[in-house]
Amino acid sequence: MTIGEIQRVLDAQFLYGEELSDLDADFVFSADMMSDVLAYGEKCSILMTGLCNSQVVRTAEMLDIVCIIFVRGKMPDANMLSLAMSKGIAILATKHFMFTACGILYEHGLRGGA
Amino acid sequence: MGDQLIFTYIVDGDDFTRAGEASSSVKNKLKMLGVDSDVIRKVAIAMYEGEINMVIHADGGTITVSVSDDDITMVLSDSGPGIPDIEKAMQEGYSTAKEEVRSLGFGAGMGLPNMKRFTDEMNIDTVIGQGTTITMKVYL
Repeated sequence: MTIGEIQRVLDAQFLYGEELSDLDADFVFSADMMSDVLAYGEKCSILMTGLCNSQVVRTAEMLDIVCIIFVRGKMPDANMLSLAMSKGIAILATKHFMFTACGILYEHGLRGGA
Repeated sequence: MGDQLIFTYIVDGDDFTRAGEASSSVKNKLKMLGVDSDVIRKVAIAMYEGEINMVIHADGGTITVSVSDDDITMVLSDSGPGIPDIEKAMQEGYSTAKEEVRSLGFGAGMGLPNMKRFTDEMNIDTVIGQGTTITMKVYL
């Protein structure tokens, strides 16, 4: 599934990285604890989280994650967006809660990475 | 690669938003050196966890990364409170981090176990009240 398709099915907003829409992703890791993401998210290319601080972007960077999806209407600030831009990580924001967003992506064939 | 390359970083203990800058820099440098991407990811994850720990527990410190033909060695030194019980600290889920740290997405008791998981060698040298030095190696 591409990042563009994910954006559409989650009714999400592109906050950065629309030009990365065609990138393909198979595995998603969803968590609010970044240590869990670091421990188990190694093969994932998408990170879904309700945590909203710059360490989310840093964590994604360390794991070569290509897209972060913020759930529950969380909005990253300008510093976070600028960090994501400098690392080439797409940022999506959806109003769906984590469970619902995960369910939608699972229905569309995406799987957890751990 | 020939001679050993050494990078040194001072980690600021006051600014959580800047934690990870040293790990990010090392990741970029290793990419430029053409190091295998799986090795880079292991180094990046282990060093980032260590860097976060330094900020959370020890008010910052120093990180030295050396790259040889055989391995990448990270030495993280701080002048923090030390680790009273290393065996406990190595257990997944055991944490002494404050609630405010958890609200930032860390302090779940995964830091040291993750550092061990992603490296080939890890040694902890700690003195209560004086500080901790953690040495980690990832083989090339």
